[in-house]
Amino acid sequence: MDFSDFQPEPRKAIPAIGYYPGEPISTGTTLIACEYDGGVVVGTDSRTSSGAFVASRVTDKITPITDFLSVCRSGSAADTQCVADIVKYYLEYYSISEGDPITVYRSSQIFRQFLYRYRDSMTASVIVAGYDNVKGGQIYSLPLGGFVTRQHFTASGSGSGFVHGFLDSQWKPNMTHEEVKNLVRQAVFLATFRDGSSGGVIRLASINKNGTQRELIRPDAGEGFPKVFEPKVYSTLPPHLGQ
Amino acid sequence: MSSIGTGYDLAAATFSPDGRIFQVEYAQKAVDNSGTIIALRGKDAVVTAVDKVVASKLLIQNANPRVGNANEYIGVTAAGVYPDCRSLLDYVQGEALKYLQEFREPIPIKKLANNLAEYVHIFTLGISRPFGASVFLTAYDAQRGPIVYVVEPSGLAYEYKAWSVGKHRQAAKTEIEKLKLEDMDQDQLIKEAARILLTVRDESKEKNLRIEMGLVGAATGGKHISIPAEQVLEAERWAKEKLEEDDLED
Repeated sequence: MDFSDFQPEPRKAIPAIGYYPGEPISTGTTLIACEYDGGVVVGTDSRTSSGAFVASRVTDKITPITDFLSVCRSGSAADTQCVADIVKYYLEYYSISEGDPITVYRSSQIFRQFLYRYRDSMTASVIVAGYDNVKGGQIYSLPLGGFVTRQHFTASGSGSGFVHGFLDSQWKPNMTHEEVKNLVRQAVFLATFRDGSSGGVIRLASINKNGTQRELIRPDAGEGFPKVFEPKVYSTLPPHLGQ
Repeated sequence: MSSIGTGYDLAAATFSPDGRIFQVEYAQKAVDNSGTIIALRGKDAVVTAVDKVVASKLLIQNANPRVGNANEYIGVTAAGVYPDCRSLLDYVQGEALKYLQEFREPIPIKKLANNLAEYVHIFTLGISRPFGASVFLTAYDAQRGPIVYVVEPSGLAYEYKAWSVGKHRQAAKTEIEKLKLEDMDQDQLIKEAARILLTVRDESKEKNLRIEMGLVGAATGGKHISIPAEQVLEAERWAKEKLEEDDLED
């Protein structure tokens, strides 16, 4: 069969931006999550990019599924939004038909089923974070392919590589809520500092027995961030050409 | 005592003029006429006991058991028409496995009981005859403690502290109500279950009876087992002595 004259249909423009981007829209991103006694804290950046174009600089990557469960999404924005919607539907259905809230563990298994079954057609990597009465605050990391693992703290997304060392050096067991929020906030800041696909504001969410409390932090306004001493730039001109 | 349906009892798809579904009631009678089963929920264990009729000496030891497992953690004890009991056991085993495959954790007993109840109920709508079986689901959970659910032929599922079905259920329930079950540990429950079955037996009418028992509790690590025959016989011996003592006192 000869496919050499195959012409794919030209893709239609996306109304919001006026053209169909050459790169797929991805949440190149930074997601950090950490447990504390009584709940979990998750932090994300807010940049959605398609190539070099920042499609949204105020994205909310912490998607609430229930009052006690949120999922942090990275990879293809379309894939993760779609899966999050379907899982939300299933959790609503199960919790109503069984009369009990669904555990975070079971929710992570439902995510896993979709991410594993469609692993070849999707690019999706999520962090499921929530609180239930059975195991308290829990974080489940679901990287590409559909593996599930529970962790005390985790980082995911394109910016995560830059802060794994930072988290490893700063995390200790039995941290308080404030200490954990501080750790997550700093990690997100440091990741956005170096990762081009991460940026914008820092969104934090704390999930505990009282539900979900959200915060938005602008890294340019205020303290509480590691002081990064901007070194003076060395000139790239050869020495005989002065500045 | 038998109610005459006069035409409204031919199919489960038909209500009677006074709002009853006779086929479901007849299914309940099938359970009422079978060997007595009791379930006792104690401090940290659940014991079920069945008074089985051994149809023939030619059958092997514990042929056609009435105590089985849905999965490692949930026990199934069924009364009524034996093939119906086995069919429902197959169903709960299938449901427990499906849940495990989907969610990678054992099915909670409440969900299994409701699934079974929904299944049994479908057969009361008239597609086929109802199941002539009542099923006891028993489990022990470190957080919630010992749990007993009973699913009846009508499709009703209730959680009980203790219950009895079958021939001598009324007498058994009277005996059960005299006990303070919440304080009893596993060994006491096993002994009392044997004693109750021996008390309510009608020795003149029923021959060749055998007691079969199931157990789940903290001491078994939350896993349900069919109690080994020697232990059941030991409990029966204790029970017979106790009954003789009580007779002497009277």
